[in-house]
Amino acid sequence: MATATTELADRALGAASIAAPAQKSHLTRSRVRAAWLFLAPMLILLAMVAGWPLFRTIWFSFTDANLSDLSSAKFIGFENYLAYNDGEWYGVLADGEWWNAVWNTLKFSVVSVTIETILGLIVALVLNASFPGRSLVRAAVLIPWAIPTIVSAKMWSWMMHDQFGILNHMLLGVGLISAPLAWTASPDLAMTAVIMVDVWKTTPFMALLILAALQMLPTDCYEAARVDGIHPVRVFFKVTLPLIRPALMVAVIFRLLDALRIFDLIYVLTSNSKDTMSMSVYARQQLVDFQSVGYGSAASTLLFLTVGLCVVLYITFGRVRFDGR
Amino acid sequence: MMHSTVPAFILGALMAVSFAASAVELTISCGAVGQERALCEQATAAWAKQTGHKVTVTIPSDRTNERYFQYLVDLGAGDSRTDIYQIDVIWPRLLAKHFVDLKPYIPPEEIQRHFPSIVTNNTVDGRLVGMPWFTDAGMLYYRKDLLEKYGLPVPQDWSELADTALYIQLQERKASGSGDLWGYVFQGAPYEGLSCNALEWIASYGGGTVIGADGAITLDNPLVVMALARAASWIGTVAPPRVLSFNEEDARQTFQLGNAVFMRNWIYAWALVNGQGSPVAGKVGVAPLPRGGMKGMSASTLGGWQLAVSKYSKNPAVAAELVRYLTGEAVQKQRALIGSYAPTLMQLYDDPELAATQPIFSSLRPILDNAVARPATRTGDSYMAVTTHFWEVVHAVLGGRGSAITNLSGLQEQLRLLKTRGNW
Repeated sequence: MATATTELADRALGAASIAAPAQKSHLTRSRVRAAWLFLAPMLILLAMVAGWPLFRTIWFSFTDANLSDLSSAKFIGFENYLAYNDGEWYGVLADGEWWNAVWNTLKFSVVSVTIETILGLIVALVLNASFPGRSLVRAAVLIPWAIPTIVSAKMWSWMMHDQFGILNHMLLGVGLISAPLAWTASPDLAMTAVIMVDVWKTTPFMALLILAALQMLPTDCYEAARVDGIHPVRVFFKVTLPLIRPALMVAVIFRLLDALRIFDLIYVLTSNSKDTMSMSVYARQQLVDFQSVGYGSAASTLLFLTVGLCVVLYITFGRVRFDGR
Repeated sequence: MMHSTVPAFILGALMAVSFAASAVELTISCGAVGQERALCEQATAAWAKQTGHKVTVTIPSDRTNERYFQYLVDLGAGDSRTDIYQIDVIWPRLLAKHFVDLKPYIPPEEIQRHFPSIVTNNTVDGRLVGMPWFTDAGMLYYRKDLLEKYGLPVPQDWSELADTALYIQLQERKASGSGDLWGYVFQGAPYEGLSCNALEWIASYGGGTVIGADGAITLDNPLVVMALARAASWIGTVAPPRVLSFNEEDARQTFQLGNAVFMRNWIYAWALVNGQGSPVAGKVGVAPLPRGGMKGMSASTLGGWQLAVSKYSKNPAVAAELVRYLTGEAVQKQRALIGSYAPTLMQLYDDPELAATQPIFSSLRPILDNAVARPATRTGDSYMAVTTHFWEVVHAVLGGRGSAITNLSGLQEQLRLLKTRGNW
């Protein structure tokens, strides 16, 4: 959410600064002043709720702050990130568990966002067709997205309970498995379980964004295709997909941003388990369970940089444009 | 401004003094494992009646590490709602700065009557931050009746325990046709209790205490691997797979229902398993934990709880009075008689009434004197990270997620990072 608002602010600022040097008439200057005036409350608010915590986290990452007494934090430079002492490396970047968390997060993000995009596209295409009760189905599809993550995660953790869970009960009932599966506890299944729940929860979001793009498509291309007798699958790949690509790319980036900082779902389903620990879960464990605010902040800062890097790479190589041109 | 605030301040101070002299409301956070809650409520009610003050008892989480975090959050925020905290033997150093020094409130001759080792543990930089309330150590509980029935002795080492447990488990299951009986239960959930159990296994084989007295990591030896591999072999054979989610009370309830031959638990379980309404009352014996192999020794992890007065309390003097009362002879004896909570006052171990009512106390002194301390004092602020990594790795080994050797080398690396960072 914060990212979205920042983008808005950037665009508004961009517009203001482009306008400024062009003409320096009295009117323009007063317009620029007015623009700044209107923007000021939001900028101040953003600086307070997003800028200040970010700055503080980055600052703490260079100190040895401890949760039980933040006031006695001392500056220690890059020691929390990487340092060398007596022939041994230490710091977040030397910690195997951190890299495990990075790998888990990337795996989770790529797999879940891919599945969500494909499923979301299918759902959107279905909902785009006109059939009786369409608006009802459209609303119903949104339910998983509307349930708070904590609630749905807790719900799924009960459904996936190894002894009393309905999922095992059903699978045993139809004979697909012979013994109950420990969905969230077994190292082989835990990540699959997490991805499954995330797909269930966020496919509606993807579907909705794609549906919005589908609704704006011009009908003349389709009429032309129909007149020429083109096969619908070909129409989809040659007409629909290229036309909705900009919207699709934006939807994917929103999901990617969200997936890279995944915390609540994993924490509720599998707690601090190494098999599914994401970067956020790692940072929280250091910050809260181990009270190492400095070290945990270093992990948070690295998470921030990793997300930033992923987004820059995605925008560069995916040639994403936000202005809709 | 100055003129008006000074008299107001004096007036306020006077009111505070007169208020303190009259009834005061105190809040104490007591544990609720076993009979702790009832005993705490009784004792504080008796004191309240005696003094005219009012005491509220609040109950934190049963799991030590979760309770630690609850306390840390409250104390870190300078919360004045709780005046007295019941703190674990491993916490005094971690939380010292949030507690008042009790020395000015409690006469030295009273402090000297407690075990000196615990008083030393609770003294941080010359400040006594907690009064010893009860001490604890891991014990082996066994079913006297079942051992007698099969003519088997109390096991002296871990392999004998596993053999005896398996034998009785198989025989009894065959006889009853039910699979409810298991050989051995302990605390296997991933939390501080598992760290205590695992420390006992490792120390009993002579494999050290994870972190040595000099701060060195002592995991890189075959005895540690042996101890953990042995414990892992129990799961699903003599110990139920669900032991991996057991805390103290889960183990006690299983044993008390007659569904286990052996149990590792703290001393408090004695009064409950032998108490009214317990299906196994009178059939239970207690012994030191088994040795680790032929050349090993019996090792019990030192536990126990203290009472500390919060620095943020509005009435520290009255709160210290209550602490003095609760840790005094009358209350400690009462708690030992009814709940078998081991006193920290040395003279109570020679008390004839206590020895007659709770025979467990007559054999307890040598176990308590030799109990193994967790490496909390050595690791300072890093203890929570050390113990979390330790119990996670032990839990993984028990649950068959990777071998003992690979898991331990991962733990070794984590502890090395913590050691370098924490400078211990």
